[in-house]
Amino acid sequence: MKLDAKIPQGPLEEKWSNYKKTARLVNPANRKKLDVIVVGTGLAGASLAASMGELGYNVKAFCFQDSPRRAHSVAAQGGVNAAKNYKNDGDSVYRMFVDTLKGGDFRAREANVYRLAECSVNLIDQAVAQGVPFGREYAGYLNNRSFGGVQVSRTFYARGQTGQQLLLGTYQALMRQVDKGSVQLYSSHEMLDLVVIDGKARGIIARNLETGELERHAAHTVVLATGGFGKIYYLSTLAMGCNGSAIWRAHKKGAYFASPSWTQIHPTSLPQSGDYQSKLTLMSESLRNDGRIWVPKNLEETRLANDIPEEERDYYLERRYPAFGNLAPRDISSRAAKERIDAGHGIGALKNAVYLDFSKAIREQGQAKIAEKYGNLFNMYEKITGINAYKEPMMISPAAHFSMGGLWVDYELMTTIPGLFALGEANFADHGANRLGANSLLQASVDGYFIAPYTIANYLSDQIKVGKISTQDVAFEVAEKEAHEKLHHLLTIKGKYTVDYFHKKLGKLLYDYCGLARNKEGLEFAIKEIKKLKEEFYTDVNVTGTAGAMNAELEKAGRVADYFEIGILMCYDALTRDESCGAHFREEYQTEEGEAQRNDEQFQFISAWEWPGMVDSEPILNKEDLTFEFVQPTIRSYK
Amino acid sequence: MKLYLKIWRQKDRVSEGKLVEYTLDNVNTHMSFLEMLDTLNNQLITNNEEPVEFDHDCREGICGQCGVVINGIAHGPLKNTTTCQLHMREFKDNETILIEPFRAAGFPVKKDLKVDRGAFDRIISSGGYVSVNTGQAPEANTIPVGHETAEAAFDSAACIGCGACVATCKNGSAALFTSAKITQLALLPQAKEERDQRALKMIAQMDKEQFGHCSNTEACEVECPQGISVLNIARMNYEYNRASFLKFKK
Amino acid sequence: MNTQIRKIIMACTGLFLCFFLLIHFLGNTQLFLAPEEARKSFNMYSSFLTGNIFVKLVSYVLYLSIILHAIYALIISTINRKAGGHYSTDNRGRSSKWYSRNMGILGTIILIFIVLHFQNFWYVYKFGSIGLDPWGHKDLYTVVVTAFQQGWLVIVYVIAMAALAYHLIQGISSGIRTLGLFHPKFVRWINIFGMVYAIAICVGFALMPIYIYFTHN
Repeated sequence: MKLDAKIPQGPLEEKWSNYKKTARLVNPANRKKLDVIVVGTGLAGASLAASMGELGYNVKAFCFQDSPRRAHSVAAQGGVNAAKNYKNDGDSVYRMFVDTLKGGDFRAREANVYRLAECSVNLIDQAVAQGVPFGREYAGYLNNRSFGGVQVSRTFYARGQTGQQLLLGTYQALMRQVDKGSVQLYSSHEMLDLVVIDGKARGIIARNLETGELERHAAHTVVLATGGFGKIYYLSTLAMGCNGSAIWRAHKKGAYFASPSWTQIHPTSLPQSGDYQSKLTLMSESLRNDGRIWVPKNLEETRLANDIPEEERDYYLERRYPAFGNLAPRDISSRAAKERIDAGHGIGALKNAVYLDFSKAIREQGQAKIAEKYGNLFNMYEKITGINAYKEPMMISPAAHFSMGGLWVDYELMTTIPGLFALGEANFADHGANRLGANSLLQASVDGYFIAPYTIANYLSDQIKVGKISTQDVAFEVAEKEAHEKLHHLLTIKGKYTVDYFHKKLGKLLYDYCGLARNKEGLEFAIKEIKKLKEEFYTDVNVTGTAGAMNAELEKAGRVADYFEIGILMCYDALTRDESCGAHFREEYQTEEGEAQRNDEQFQFISAWEWPGMVDSEPILNKEDLTFEFVQPTIRSYK
Repeated sequence: MKLYLKIWRQKDRVSEGKLVEYTLDNVNTHMSFLEMLDTLNNQLITNNEEPVEFDHDCREGICGQCGVVINGIAHGPLKNTTTCQLHMREFKDNETILIEPFRAAGFPVKKDLKVDRGAFDRIISSGGYVSVNTGQAPEANTIPVGHETAEAAFDSAACIGCGACVATCKNGSAALFTSAKITQLALLPQAKEERDQRALKMIAQMDKEQFGHCSNTEACEVECPQGISVLNIARMNYEYNRASFLKFKK
Repeated sequence: MNTQIRKIIMACTGLFLCFFLLIHFLGNTQLFLAPEEARKSFNMYSSFLTGNIFVKLVSYVLYLSIILHAIYALIISTINRKAGGHYSTDNRGRSSKWYSRNMGILGTIILIFIVLHFQNFWYVYKFGSIGLDPWGHKDLYTVVVTAFQQGWLVIVYVIAMAALAYHLIQGISSGIRTLGLFHPKFVRWINIFGMVYAIAICVGFALMPIYIYFTHN
């Protein structure tokens, strides 16, 4: 299939306004006759559901959590970027666009990225109006901090809980619509399948997680805002429930999956301490504003951090990337950390971490100032590790964090299934091969508040004549039956091992062979191993309980079953991209200094994978060529 | 370390529940409390028993989904800490640990350790927002908010909605939760237009959800993972009184 | 009626009763005077109170406050008991003061005391046979002194005052906040004030029977 991104004509600055000028609209009187299903209630899902509700559409919002307020957007700590230029430091929409494009290693669409930067300005206005308590100057104006990968201060923050505050603002907007009756909320519901009728997305099969009942929900359009699937690595900074099942099942119904292997490994998470560990807690990247990263120069260092003199410390980020220093982008910081750890300079019990040191900042700014900026992070660190980071440096290490990949979408955020939209982290859109810090909250919100309400209306404008979609359609029946059988199949295996056992094995395979660094051999090996593991899963997993009641194990089993297939696709994706770009680092393609080596001639495209129709067949690769009209790709240098 | 666990097991909303005893070996002191429960569940599944259902998601103390009562204390022995942030180093070898769900009339048990906190959503839904539609917002810096005000609003807004305040309150009162939102929005100029209606509606909803009266024992503040101050409740009282008695209505 | 209104009724009646205690206390300090002088001024004061129409009005408000305070305490406690969770092991007490959790029990002790107190003096003064003092006033002073010759009664009064002190410490700070004082600085001041006020008044009241018991034996 020829992929058409549907980029509007005109100069870069006018593309989005041109689109809005010409997009079709839906008459207010007709809106309540149009049903919209939104799966996921994080920043993207909740903001869209609220906005659509405000416009008068008939919205159903689904989330697997017990409340929309718990969606994982809540955990984003550092901030949200916007090109307000309040600091008068030379920021502009254009500069933000360039930074984001460059940060993504020129593997994103210019038009999308520009629109992201353009709408960022409105997001801050919207959030402030909702009562999000952003950090302020004493005079009452909004304050900014700087973040990795950029040289201006454009990050708005609410202490170390920016994601929480933005999400609560959105959640409140959503709950306001729930109260008005324009949005029906289905919490503790998990989408099991997408229903496609005559080639168009027309509904979902959802499971009520409390009762186990399968439900059919029909609509004129379905929006997936289900977040990222980094939890596939088992150990990640994601919440336990984060999963790729919704987008994967849509993929199997015909939605292309773009760049699945581009996973951001975050440089500042807490290191793993044992095999019982269920997640790696993230420490906000904002800590790198004032923290300095180092490892001991000596191999086999046994002294405590504070006993190691300055000249025996290797501030390797400041050494390798003097221009950006500790604020080098995430992929680069993570890889640099891995390089040091692999070289034997790692610290901590498992020798898998590096130091993040605040002593200089505390000396210069005082402990109170540092506490005001990062107090909750320091507290969190102490709760988890029992160590007071005001007194000794933190120990951090890289951890799987964000999926740049996701469902392929065009400029309208519509997938290859007409009527199916993907928003936020669930799509591949704007971050290219690496996401800049504080851009994820931005992308999710902008997609939901300012982009999708226009593009979905454009799609819905001719749907009014379709009339109400019936859940009695045979497509619903088939989908429900399949979902039902899948659940029952998992319950009847009755093997020896738990779901977690398989998930941990899968995660380890992916982290080792499709993580920070990849190579051909490793990826081919991983594909074979994952296929084997998947087979083993279907013969030897033990899922207790029944499908007709609350059953967390069954939920997990369904998600892990999908993870095997996503994992295989990730490896194929990494394998077929013979270059290094952003978070995708192929060991075969690096410069002499160990930096990523892009191959623009052959790989300046987005890999959009098509489901071959059968399990175990090779996935089909479609390419969307990227053209750069306004900014020419350069070698990404942060030196 | 070895642990003796007594865990509340309840099949569904209507069934009677009871405490069931389990023994767990090889618990690592660096485990989080929920990882200890994971370990127990893996043991149960291996023995073909049904695992214990418990709420959890982000496991970094911010989503507010986790929360159980451990040895008679909401979120366990550490103050201002969620269950997921509690680590086994806080317990002794051979200790008996009693684990129950959050309990209150407003929080019916769904299964085992999971409770229904939908009441919180309904309280927010009744008025815990600023009625601003997408696109209506003015330029952000046209509404200056002093640093201290913004910080105070943040302190109230930090609530994670876990429900420990209700579970720890002998009266099962949701005053801390409700007041935190009322206070946050009462402080901010952009939210002041609706402050009277907001306070009245949210309190009415809170009452409807069968939560008890706040009697200012201040236990909630001590157990709140975010340390939300009880003065929020005083502020809520002020907002209520202002809306009910001080405002002249047409 | 909602939780806020019920709490406001508790706060208003409670704070009024606190204020009454101060007046009551100041009047009763006359008991610490030398016996003859005390007898004269205390009896005069008592008869002044019974004759004054304004005082009479206030006394009705007082009776009403006590009744409302008790009734609403009962209503609130019943609802709270149903609303609150019950645990097989309950260590929630570590995060609050015992007297803040047991205002109902303290209140019950105080209510029983009030009944006793009314019966001891108010009933006798109003309806009992009571002699006149040399100045022609009803001799309540002698009734008081006679009553406090009984050691057990003195002990009961002292215990009741202890209960009252704790009840007031919690009640004043809680009541003021129910009425909406939320500024951290003023709340702190009120807490200190409430503590001083409660202890001063209750210790003072408790000293009265003790003083009489020891000086008149």
